[in-house]
Amino acid sequence: MIAAATARFRAGRPAGRPSPALVGGALAVSALVALPLVYLVVRVFGGGGEGLTVLARARTGELVAETALLVGAVTAAAVLVAVPLAWLVTRTDIPGRRAWAVAAALPLVVPSYVAALALLAAFGPTGLLQRLLEAPFGVERVPELYGLGGAVLALTIATYPYVFLLTAVALREIDPALEETARGLGRSSLAAFARVTLPLARPSIGAGALLAALYTLSDFGAVSLMQADSLTRAIFLQYRSLFDRTPAAGLALVLVALTAVVLTLELRARGGGGYARLGAGTARAAAPVRLGRWQWPALAFCGAVVALALGAPLAVLGYWFSRAASLDALVDASRAALNSVLASGSAAALAVVAAIPVGFLAARHPAWWSRLLERLAYGANALPGIVIALSLVFFAARYASPVYQTLLLLVFAYVVRFFPQAVAASHAALLAVSPRLDEAARGLGRGPRHAFASVTAPLVAPGLLAGAALVFLSAMKELPATLLLRPIGFDTLATEVWTATTVGSYSQAAVPALLLVALSAPLVYLLIARGKAELSSTGS
Amino acid sequence: MRRIALAVAFLVAPLAVAACGGDGDAEAGGGDADLTVYSGRQEGLVGPLFERFERETGLTVEVRYGESAELAATIAEEGENSPAEVLFAQDPGSLGAVELEGLLAPLPQNVLERVPARFRDPDGYWVGTSGRVRVLAYNTDALADDEVPDSVFELAKPVWKGRIGFPPTNASFQAFVTAMRLSEGDERTREWLEAIRANDPKLYENNIQTVEAIAAGEIDLGLVNHYYLYLVKAERPGAPVANHFLSGRDPGALVSVAGVGIVAGAAGNEGAIRFVEFLLSDEGQRFYAEEAEEAEYPLVRGVEPREGLPPLERLGGPRIELDELGPELERTLELLSELGFTS
Repeated sequence: MIAAATARFRAGRPAGRPSPALVGGALAVSALVALPLVYLVVRVFGGGGEGLTVLARARTGELVAETALLVGAVTAAAVLVAVPLAWLVTRTDIPGRRAWAVAAALPLVVPSYVAALALLAAFGPTGLLQRLLEAPFGVERVPELYGLGGAVLALTIATYPYVFLLTAVALREIDPALEETARGLGRSSLAAFARVTLPLARPSIGAGALLAALYTLSDFGAVSLMQADSLTRAIFLQYRSLFDRTPAAGLALVLVALTAVVLTLELRARGGGGYARLGAGTARAAAPVRLGRWQWPALAFCGAVVALALGAPLAVLGYWFSRAASLDALVDASRAALNSVLASGSAAALAVVAAIPVGFLAARHPAWWSRLLERLAYGANALPGIVIALSLVFFAARYASPVYQTLLLLVFAYVVRFFPQAVAASHAALLAVSPRLDEAARGLGRGPRHAFASVTAPLVAPGLLAGAALVFLSAMKELPATLLLRPIGFDTLATEVWTATTVGSYSQAAVPALLLVALSAPLVYLLIARGKAELSSTGS
Repeated sequence: MRRIALAVAFLVAPLAVAACGGDGDAEAGGGDADLTVYSGRQEGLVGPLFERFERETGLTVEVRYGESAELAATIAEEGENSPAEVLFAQDPGSLGAVELEGLLAPLPQNVLERVPARFRDPDGYWVGTSGRVRVLAYNTDALADDEVPDSVFELAKPVWKGRIGFPPTNASFQAFVTAMRLSEGDERTREWLEAIRANDPKLYENNIQTVEAIAAGEIDLGLVNHYYLYLVKAERPGAPVANHFLSGRDPGALVSVAGVGIVAGAAGNEGAIRFVEFLLSDEGQRFYAEEAEEAEYPLVRGVEPREGLPPLERLGGPRIELDELGPELERTLELLSELGFTS
């Protein structure tokens, strides 16, 4: 009720039509990031429709069902883990909340196959837990980790940080006065949060959930180590075993169709409403909810999540490292680290710049076509990395050979692969800024671009940065496209980890993997742990 | 705003570096080197071979490392514009796939003849460079060598229930099943797979993971290639794993190869031919016997394998040709999928 009394409005269109430059920019960006879809169509239909025979196989139907189950379970689990976590670290007096915030976001940089290996080492048939339970309690076998359950666990760990980061940023930006008013009107803290703040954070939670779902759709590392079935695993196996690109492309189109369903569901869940506020909001930080004796279960919850998602992989990496630490490995890894930061940083900056017209158009000029453009940007994201990589090989080797296998193309591949993360963040951030502000600036004689730069941009900066950070962190661990598209000899941390693990030298993999986490930590800290002083000056 | 500014700086700094040409070396691409090789074989294993070739010939080589099958698919997508001049692959399947696309050039006869006919393409488009043998790897704490079966068919017995494992999606496992189908017939292979399934095998993602699981005591015995043992031992010398070589014509004793082919666009390229010649020279072959961590089999006559390995001639393996495996693979995959081993 209170939410309705605030500046809630039907996502209305601002006065005037979108400028041709804006529409042109959004069109160009969407067309570029949708290139992999074009490639799939060329592959499937260029082969005389032979690729469509996969549609007729009964196995394909089973795969779709298994994939849908996996995605549904992971997305639900990720939201259930991430939203309470985000609330605890932004709105309560939980001890050490900044440290929790950083630790909870960091699993984002742990490659999912490292996370899966860690889970197996800890909870597998001969893992740590088994050994701990076996001697004193005579437990013969811990429950089976391989299969769907293990994959859901590993992927929840890999994906909840998306929901967590976007939700935490949103919760911090939402004006606490609204919730306080609700409490003043007699609601309990929890009810006030659930009825007022949560609906306001819904676009961000939805965007995070969407990213989690898309990640799950495209993941190969965790599902293959856990021996769970999914469309992406089937696509990889088609490439690896049969060397036939046509049925793989057919399956990839099925995956695109499934992605379309997920995108539609998210759009529905988001609802037609939007909300915006006029000021920068948060003239002050929210007065933290006192947890009292609930502090202990809350700490236990944070502790359990962080132990599983960050502690276990770090412990496994530390163990590998201790087996055979060498200085040479560190020298190699630091060169790779520079390359990783160079490529991922460029991709993050480029992705955010490219996301602005698409996100802006969808948020400010909602119409079927602007939404379609925005959704198109997501279309390629659920594709396995190998499909995106081969599609860019196809186009670049044929039509853009000067850039083929250069850093430029690698950066472009990262942008294509992770574009939705930038769009999701910028779209959610733009939705939260009232177009009336922009209009006021224009009414005062500013041009549209100037109005955007001087009024809207500072307000959406935190959201855009969150998007940039997501792209950066994802690109840091990207492997399949990196292997095929990097300039020859351009090693990244992710390729160094791969080089070592494929020949079983896990001790060699530990240094680059640990460096991956260490390098990403400061960025996560900057984004998530902004202090009170910061909050009060944002956008003022 | 300071922290935001810092975060922006963190993200934008790399762009500035890129703009200033800090990546000049990396952008060189395939243009500057004398030879560009796509290698599905790992840097940690074959890197020294490339270095030695460069030292001896004075030619510079650029190597793109990746998974063999994915590199094969890449060459296929690149088509005539492929920067690759040589494909150095983990398995005959990847080479055969590129050959089928018409993207390999025939190799000179003198190069082919270095290697026995069973280890090369009958049409002369690729040649094996090193051999690997299917074995039963076992946990030495759980089993003595004489307790390990001499035939994979014995693994169908109920006594092995819950004790065996293998990587069903791995190309060399699939090649072994194909070899069983070709040598023993589809019916017997299906019966064997069904019996194995009834024994609750553990399935793994790859050979390394399988051998690690044997070392960890998760399973007693696994079906893998012989050289993964040495990779695991390099990491943990005390790991309780050993190889058991199978005897006679058992399909479980299949010998396969890693190999090399010259990409069509590089036909007649002097450097490419010299590289293939180098891989098959006595020196290039001795690398596997004397230096390489993974102790694969040299294939050229007169170069002895690593001490302790049974000679290749004594390992019979099933009577099949390596190039028969590719066309039969699809049926094998259908069978494995139908029985629930793969998706």
